[in-house]
Amino acid sequence: MKILVPVKRVLDFNVKVRVKTDGSGVDLANAKMSMNPFDEIAVEEAVKLKEAGIATDVIAVSCGVAACQETLRTAMAIGADRSILVETDAELQPLAVAKLLKALVEKEQPTLVVMGKQAIDDDANQTGQMLAQLLGWPQATFASKVEVGDGKATVTREVDGGLETIEIKLPAVVTTDLRLNQPRYVTLPNIMKAKKKPLETIAPAALGVDCAPRLTLLKVVEPPKRAAGIRVADVAQLIDKLRNEARVLP
Amino acid sequence: MPILVVAEHDDVSLKSATLNTVTAAAALRADEVHVLVAGSSCAAAAAAAATLAGVAKVKVADAAHYADHGAENLAALIVAHAAGYSHILAPATSFGKNLMPRVAAALDSAQISEIVAVESADTFVRPIYAGNALATVKASDAVKVITVRTTAFDAAGGGGNASVESLPPGPDLQLSRLVGRELTQSERPELSAAKVVVSGGRGLGNGENYSKVLEPLAGKLGAALGASRAAVDAGFVPNDYQVGQTGKIVAPQLYVAIGISGAIQHLAGMKDSKVIVAINKDPEAPIFQVADYGLVGDLFQLVPELTAGLG
Repeated sequence: MKILVPVKRVLDFNVKVRVKTDGSGVDLANAKMSMNPFDEIAVEEAVKLKEAGIATDVIAVSCGVAACQETLRTAMAIGADRSILVETDAELQPLAVAKLLKALVEKEQPTLVVMGKQAIDDDANQTGQMLAQLLGWPQATFASKVEVGDGKATVTREVDGGLETIEIKLPAVVTTDLRLNQPRYVTLPNIMKAKKKPLETIAPAALGVDCAPRLTLLKVVEPPKRAAGIRVADVAQLIDKLRNEARVLP
Repeated sequence: MPILVVAEHDDVSLKSATLNTVTAAAALRADEVHVLVAGSSCAAAAAAAATLAGVAKVKVADAAHYADHGAENLAALIVAHAAGYSHILAPATSFGKNLMPRVAAALDSAQISEIVAVESADTFVRPIYAGNALATVKASDAVKVITVRTTAFDAAGGGGNASVESLPPGPDLQLSRLVGRELTQSERPELSAAKVVVSGGRGLGNGENYSKVLEPLAGKLGAALGASRAAVDAGFVPNDYQVGQTGKIVAPQLYVAIGISGAIQHLAGMKDSKVIVAINKDPEAPIFQVADYGLVGDLFQLVPELTAGLG
């Protein structure tokens, strides 16, 4: 069984986000870029399924600029067998990415697509669900446990208020939540090995997908800063302030 | 054109997130707001939706295959009845986030996720980069599919008297089946809708201390209990307690952060609270930079003192 794992190159989660002064977006110039953390969990899960003898092939895919090759090399260092880059300098929004992924799914015929529940840059939380809909497949979003059986998968999902377990028919799309697994550290020998694994590059046009953005970004601003308040000396003063100044206590 | 709000409910009553979403729909100044209630034996939830102020019509799809509120069947139902609506809205909860991108994809429309403000019928503000930036985006699609960050909009009031009509259910696609739910049992208010939240972090040391120290305070304040990701990762409490970018976004009247250092991802989940109190032994903890009232000291001494002082 083949697993397709879409991965996104994003601003590293440890880098401080700086909004450009002209309001045109977030400053990414010379900033450290990494694989979206939720996607790293997805790669790890797919590789684990391969190690467990359930998956035969793990294919990492990415859509975006040429530098996404680095992200795909990381996925292959974790254990993906090969990768595909849909290369474009154009802005890609979730719907366009879902369409590109649909074309790749039709080409590669995986039984399972495992991907992050959201990217930490645009925080859209859309692509996996959109892909599932475009394919007419079931989905299991926000997964914290995945068990693949014969023609079906049982997935525990993190939902508001607790956990929900569903059984979905395969093929299907699974999106990962934080507690699904702890991605392994990538070792130097595996990084070296990943350099020799196949990486294919294709253009969006070759997949017959119109990637034109549907949303126009008008401006990006910093959120209003919250001013630091005061230090209170003791519990009595705290209660007094909450009652008589903030008026949040009866 | 009317606007459709997809209700989140448990068949018996509406989830509070639905009320906030109705307010967001009203902000779009539509001709009419309609609410879709899809479930199994969900007449009570539909009746509740009909009493919301500003709702003109409630549409009910009642069928056994909507019992688990799964995205596949619901998306097919919504798409079949989408014609004539300018906007389709749902709360940005695990229910809405799971469902709405399927609706958007089927309509070949871009989804606008987690809006926090409405600028006009096609222009919206939404947080990106974990709330470290706010983007204003303009949508060009005929039907705008939107999820709403519920803390950014007030709850719709009552007093309405909408008509209720039933919709023919769509087919059962049989792609997915609910096996079971393990919902955290609690006497306390729901975290994302609570007026007061008491949250604990790694400073509490372990799960036993978390309960022992925080529960009496939460009881006195009528508060929901929350936690930082560090406390969740350390196993003190289940993940659905988590406040932060990767957990729940809350904006209560009063947020009490106890033994929480204030990592960026936690601040992203609570910095819109009206009043923030921080109790932490480390005077340099970043949480104090957003707290209205900071108290430096040993939480094991200060929190019981606070609980007792509330009388």
